[in-house]
Amino acid sequence: MITIDSLTKTYGGFTAVDDVTFTAEAGRVTGFLGPNGAGKSTSMRIMVGLTPPSSGSATILGRRFAELPNPGREVGVLLDASAQHAGRTGREILTIAQRTMGLPKSRVEETLDRVSLTEEEADRRVRNYSLGMRQRLGIATALIGDPEVLILDEPANGLDPAGIRWMRDLLRGFADQGGTVLLSSHLLHEIEVIADDLVVIGQGRIVAQGSKQELLAAAGTLARADQAGALHRALADKGITATTAADGAVRTDAEPAVVGQVALAAGIALTELRPADGAGLEEMFLELTAASQREGHADLTSESENRKIA
Amino acid sequence: MSTAVAPTTASASRTAPAPIPMRRILDTELRKMFDTRAGFWLMASIGIVATIATVAVILFAPDSELTFEMFSTAIGFPIALILPMIAILSVTGEWSQRTGLTTFTLIPHRGRVIGAKFLLTVFIGVASMLVALGIGAVGNIVGTAITGTPTLWNVSVSEFSLIVLANVLGMLIGFMLGVLIRNSAGAIVGYFVFNALLPTLFMTLGNLQDWFRDIWPWVDFAWAQSALFEGSPTAEEWAHLGVTSLIWLVIPTLVGLRILMRSEVK
Repeated sequence: MITIDSLTKTYGGFTAVDDVTFTAEAGRVTGFLGPNGAGKSTSMRIMVGLTPPSSGSATILGRRFAELPNPGREVGVLLDASAQHAGRTGREILTIAQRTMGLPKSRVEETLDRVSLTEEEADRRVRNYSLGMRQRLGIATALIGDPEVLILDEPANGLDPAGIRWMRDLLRGFADQGGTVLLSSHLLHEIEVIADDLVVIGQGRIVAQGSKQELLAAAGTLARADQAGALHRALADKGITATTAADGAVRTDAEPAVVGQVALAAGIALTELRPADGAGLEEMFLELTAASQREGHADLTSESENRKIA
Repeated sequence: MSTAVAPTTASASRTAPAPIPMRRILDTELRKMFDTRAGFWLMASIGIVATIATVAVILFAPDSELTFEMFSTAIGFPIALILPMIAILSVTGEWSQRTGLTTFTLIPHRGRVIGAKFLLTVFIGVASMLVALGIGAVGNIVGTAITGTPTLWNVSVSEFSLIVLANVLGMLIGFMLGVLIRNSAGAIVGYFVFNALLPTLFMTLGNLQDWFRDIWPWVDFAWAQSALFEGSPTAEEWAHLGVTSLIWLVIPTLVGLRILMRSEVK
């Protein structure tokens, strides 16, 4: 279990992490979602003691990270798959981890096998690795100590579709065995398919958190009609706030049944009426992304790509 | 691509693992000094350079100068340049190559990791001097046998110990720069500034300014260090070495460590 309590980190006048509080429960995959620069990586570095917090605390299994006697045996960490000496082979990097943690030598082979790195790949120097191979090696370093908790920063970056499916199964299995998984991503659809719980962060602050079901259920109703404007007005007359998207979809927090009644009373023929599912979450996330004014467009592209995969 | 995954069993009743002993940190840190191409060749270059220097002495030095001292000096000079590089890279690699991200999460006590690197720096300094001594001795025996001149063992144990000390101090300067600068290229440049530019600056200052001439020996580390190569230093020379080491070695190392302990690892 990971417990984050009022964590704050400021750099001069800039607040990178602003009063962040959440818990990643054992047996569940917790997705840490936010656009680039939202404070995910800083929060994760604070959790593992690489960055000192300005205030607040982070504990893992009830202890501060630095108090863990042999951290690799209890917490598997992957912060940046590219942060490796380019001149070492994959096998050598795993061997260093194995020796530091005091594990049997056989664990290196087993773990290479577990992340599907071949003998030949393991003997290659990391400078010749693709990003996907580096991610697998990084995940191997996190897994080799047989930990109870995994903290992974953007682990799906650079993985191909099969790799993403593989990682999803791996993390699902890990959580089902009682492990705690915290993984970050800037892609909603990537995390939606893996996570049980979501923590959404933007500009250092938590903007939403809860189980995936809760967050998706809270998304309201989506309705369409040939006269979208008329539907919008009819709802407004009943005191129901709604937003009308450019494609004519009317979205509101009201129940689908209520929207149906309003449309009937106003004599408007609906062409579509359904719960909005993740649409609200996605909209909120896109707003966050746009607000951070950073590759908002690029995110949209990669997300739609990811949707096809999922 | 997808293999059958055997997930980790995380039972509630796990016992806390034993703490990581210092011996294991020393073991992995030593390994990390050798296990890259750069690291390996840097280490190997000590033996290679010693051998080349020995052969050169046999080939080019006048027969009368084929003494153990001649061999030690010829070998010692290039090694004194390589050793600090080893010390620098062992520290700066954690930042320049960003391996610190893994190292300091596996061992969340930077003092222990840096302490292990310090001990290994001293150990490698002494060990490589012994290797050089061995190669020099072989050169002395072979060289004088070829020329038919008497084999002269004119380096005493105490003289050799002083040379080892001088080299270890030189390595620790590298270590200090690594800790302070935490960037490979920057620290190496720093080393050449320290070793080439600073003594020149002191010499110019000493020659031009009378007031500086008296304090010169108390601030010039390279000068104080060079006394170790010349046999038995006087009490005053030891004092010079102590004071300059405090200024250039101890204080900057402590400042660097203080910053390093609190800095962010990214």
